[in-house]
Amino acid sequence: MQVDLRILRYDPERDKKPHWETYRVESAPMDRVLDVLNAVKWEKDGTLTYRRSCAHGVCGSDAMLINGRNRLACKIRVDQLGKKISVAPLPGFAVIKDLVVDMEDFFAKYRSVHPYQIDERPMPVTERLQSPEDRARYDDTTKCILCAACTSSCPSFWAKDTYVGPAAIVQAHRFIFDTRDEGSDERLEILADADGVWRCRTIFNCTEACPRGIDITRAILEVSSAIVERSV
Amino acid sequence: MRRYLGLLFTYRSREGTVAWLFHRISGLAIWAFLVLHVLDIYLVGDNPGAYDDILRFYASPVGRVLEVLLGAALLYHALNGLRIVIIDLWPSMAQYHKVLWRASWVIFILLGLPGAAIILLPLYRDSLTSLLHTLGIN
Repeated sequence: MQVDLRILRYDPERDKKPHWETYRVESAPMDRVLDVLNAVKWEKDGTLTYRRSCAHGVCGSDAMLINGRNRLACKIRVDQLGKKISVAPLPGFAVIKDLVVDMEDFFAKYRSVHPYQIDERPMPVTERLQSPEDRARYDDTTKCILCAACTSSCPSFWAKDTYVGPAAIVQAHRFIFDTRDEGSDERLEILADADGVWRCRTIFNCTEACPRGIDITRAILEVSSAIVERSV
Repeated sequence: MRRYLGLLFTYRSREGTVAWLFHRISGLAIWAFLVLHVLDIYLVGDNPGAYDDILRFYASPVGRVLEVLLGAALLYHALNGLRIVIIDLWPSMAQYHKVLWRASWVIFILLGLPGAAIILLPLYRDSLTSLLHTLGIN
């Protein structure tokens, strides 16, 4: 089948503003959008620029706006979208070139919530054991691949880009509710800021956009509940 | 602002965004009515004639339709507010946010339609009376 792929192109050295270009590509229904993008890049226009790495929904490199919603190009199939597919860079981020956006600020916010285990206790001889129930408490948020589909779909982030964003809160949630971690208080302190969890308006775009199926809004609300319980 | 609205209306959002947008719009409508209400109450002492004119407008067909819209805004805002409170207090309910939204619309219609019928009654009372009379119901 033939697919018309519309791509929002932008080359900062040539273009004043982004513009749409359409490419007709031969494709199979089970192809992923990434396969179609590769077909354009390898057979029609080598200047097309986008990020991709594992191509199997694990690395989170190729999140983009596909037919109006944030998705992973390597995960969404052509037969789920139809013969007309539009692809644009993630909304809310500055575009570097074509489908590549500047994610420096996104990762700075990720780092700001201290997304690593904090434990000052002496190193044990064996591993730190955890019950299956305690592990299940934060299981959902371990699935995050930092693709930014959630943060980039959030109207609160579009309105105020200083908002830490759903992805960083998900990463914080993963450690806040880990019984082996001792850094919950400092993370909750960071997220209690005006640009922290309180900017969430329970719009659920993040949950809808997550390619890993994480219940992100729930995670955000659990963190905000933890902040309230801590201050009471 | 233009960039924000562009993103808001071009991103293919679902129920959550619509629920939030309606919540904002109904909130603004309620706020506008409160301002109007403060002004019309102020007129009671300052200009009773103008106050009477405003009351006559409220009782007119256009005024009653606007009153129905105000009631709709209040009801939606209250019901969606409860939906948000439920999700806020019990985060595990987040997975049912669409069900809660649909349920709030069912309650909206069940409470809103009779309410609208009562507010608009003066506009169709005569027709209703003659219809009931024709059917032999007094």
